[in-house]
Amino acid sequence: MNLTLKIWRQAGPDDKGRMVTYQVKNVNPDMSFLEMLDVLNEDLIAKGEDPVAFDHDCREGICGMCSLYINGEAHGPGRGITTCQLHMRSFKDGDTIIIEPWRAKAFPVIKDLVTDRSAFDRIIQAGGYISVNTSGNTIDANAIPIPKENADKAFDAATCIGCGACVATCKNSSAMLFVSAKVSQLALLPQGRVEAKERVLKMVHQMDLEGFGNCTNTGACEVECPKGISLENIARMNREYLAAVIS
Amino acid sequence: MEVKSALLGSSIVKKYWMALTGLFLCTFLVVHLGGNLILLKGEDARLSFNAYAKFMTTFPLIKAVSYLLYFSILFHAFDGIVLTLQNRAARPVKYYFNKPEANSTWASRNMAFLGTVILIFIVGHMSNFWYKMHFGDIPMDANGNKDLYEVVVTFFKDPSLGIVYVAFYVLCMVALGFHLVHGFASSFQTLGLYHKKYNALIKNLGLVFSVLVPLLFAIIPIFIYIQ
Ligand code: HEM
Ligand code: SF4
Ligand code: FES
Repeated sequence: MNLTLKIWRQAGPDDKGRMVTYQVKNVNPDMSFLEMLDVLNEDLIAKGEDPVAFDHDCREGICGMCSLYINGEAHGPGRGITTCQLHMRSFKDGDTIIIEPWRAKAFPVIKDLVTDRSAFDRIIQAGGYISVNTSGNTIDANAIPIPKENADKAFDAATCIGCGACVATCKNSSAMLFVSAKVSQLALLPQGRVEAKERVLKMVHQMDLEGFGNCTNTGACEVECPKGISLENIARMNREYLAAVIS
Repeated sequence: MEVKSALLGSSIVKKYWMALTGLFLCTFLVVHLGGNLILLKGEDARLSFNAYAKFMTTFPLIKAVSYLLYFSILFHAFDGIVLTLQNRAARPVKYYFNKPEANSTWASRNMAFLGTVILIFIVGHMSNFWYKMHFGDIPMDANGNKDLYEVVVTFFKDPSLGIVYVAFYVLCMVALGFHLVHGFASSFQTLGLYHKKYNALIKNLGLVFSVLVPLLFAIIPIFIYIQ
């Protein structure tokens, strides 16, 4: 298949940036979206042009690096997938595909399609952990009884890969889905309860400092999240937060 | 530590106030609608509507609640505008091409616009009726109560502008309906009340509320106009 690509090009953080149109030929429908971009880049390198910078690592939907806004949706069309899991058979021969970086004040563009998502790291550093050494003194998994339902919900929350699609897709650039998943995965388990109150206050405080917007409950994040993180986590974080503030 | 700043500035607390004031305004809508529905009795409603209006403006407990209500409307609007401005600032560079309709409803994305329409409506509505009732020089009815009924009927039956007022009123009720179709259920989510057993119930209750309440409000000026 032959495609027209409109890609955001930006030489560096201070460059103004612009959309640039490219043609790619002989794309195999079984290629992943990132492989299609590899083909484009090989072509650009052969022509002596600057290849398009984009983030990627695992290419199997687990690292959360491949942050691309494709045809107006985070990770493109399709649900429950990252960009590396999107295949070219989702498009038609002759299509025009628009590719942009995540847009949020808290995720500034570094180059082309690559954004700086270290705001997420700072939120985790603010409290997204438990303060005991967990390496070298492994405790038997069944030593602390945990209701199956809580274990399942904590695990579901823990599947968040920190990709930032929730922020990118939210009209308010709100990070509530990500932060609530990280709050929930610990708040649901006895090991995490010990520091739950401080944790939620600190993580939300950091989230606000980073310049993310406020949640309006549009639900767009839940729809676009590649891991199906539920809005239930946001409701849980709101409860946790209120309890922490008033107690 | 951050608790004090949390109460004042945190994103989540701002949303809690939004939800609490929003739900309080919803209960006010029901009470207000109850009174207005008396008007559907036509000319027979004159004395009972005026007596009701007098009760609502003089009974001490209701007066106290009405101050809370004025404050809630102002605070809800102020908080909503602050949140919306912060949300705009959180995305300084917009997408070249975006497809928000793929993952969210129109109402949920336009709460500030819908709220602004409602605010304009409330200001006009209060200067037309509330201000006249409280401070205006209006005639008395047979029972010696201020004849608010007369004020309302002359307003909507105005030979030249009556139809404009009715149309504006109806349009604003449509905006209120859209504000509520997202807002009602949204406030439960904000307050942390999410449960898979009750989510559908809350959503459906919100849908019924946001259709029924604005619809009944809108019927009244239409009824007065064609009567
Ligand atoms: C009778 C009038 C009104 C009622 C019953 C009402 C009700 C509500 C409710 C229940 C919510 C949901 C809160 C949440 O998501 O937690 C809401 C949100 C909102 N309202 Fe109102 N509202 C009214 C008037 C207004 C006015 C006058 C404004 C003025 C600007 C306004 C602006 C907003 C905004 C911007 C939101 C979204 C806030 C957010 O989710 O971040 N509303 N409203
Ligand atoms: S909540 Fe979903 S969309 Fe947001 S960072 Fe985690 S995996 Fe990505
Ligand atoms: S490259 Fe790791 S999730 Fe896509």
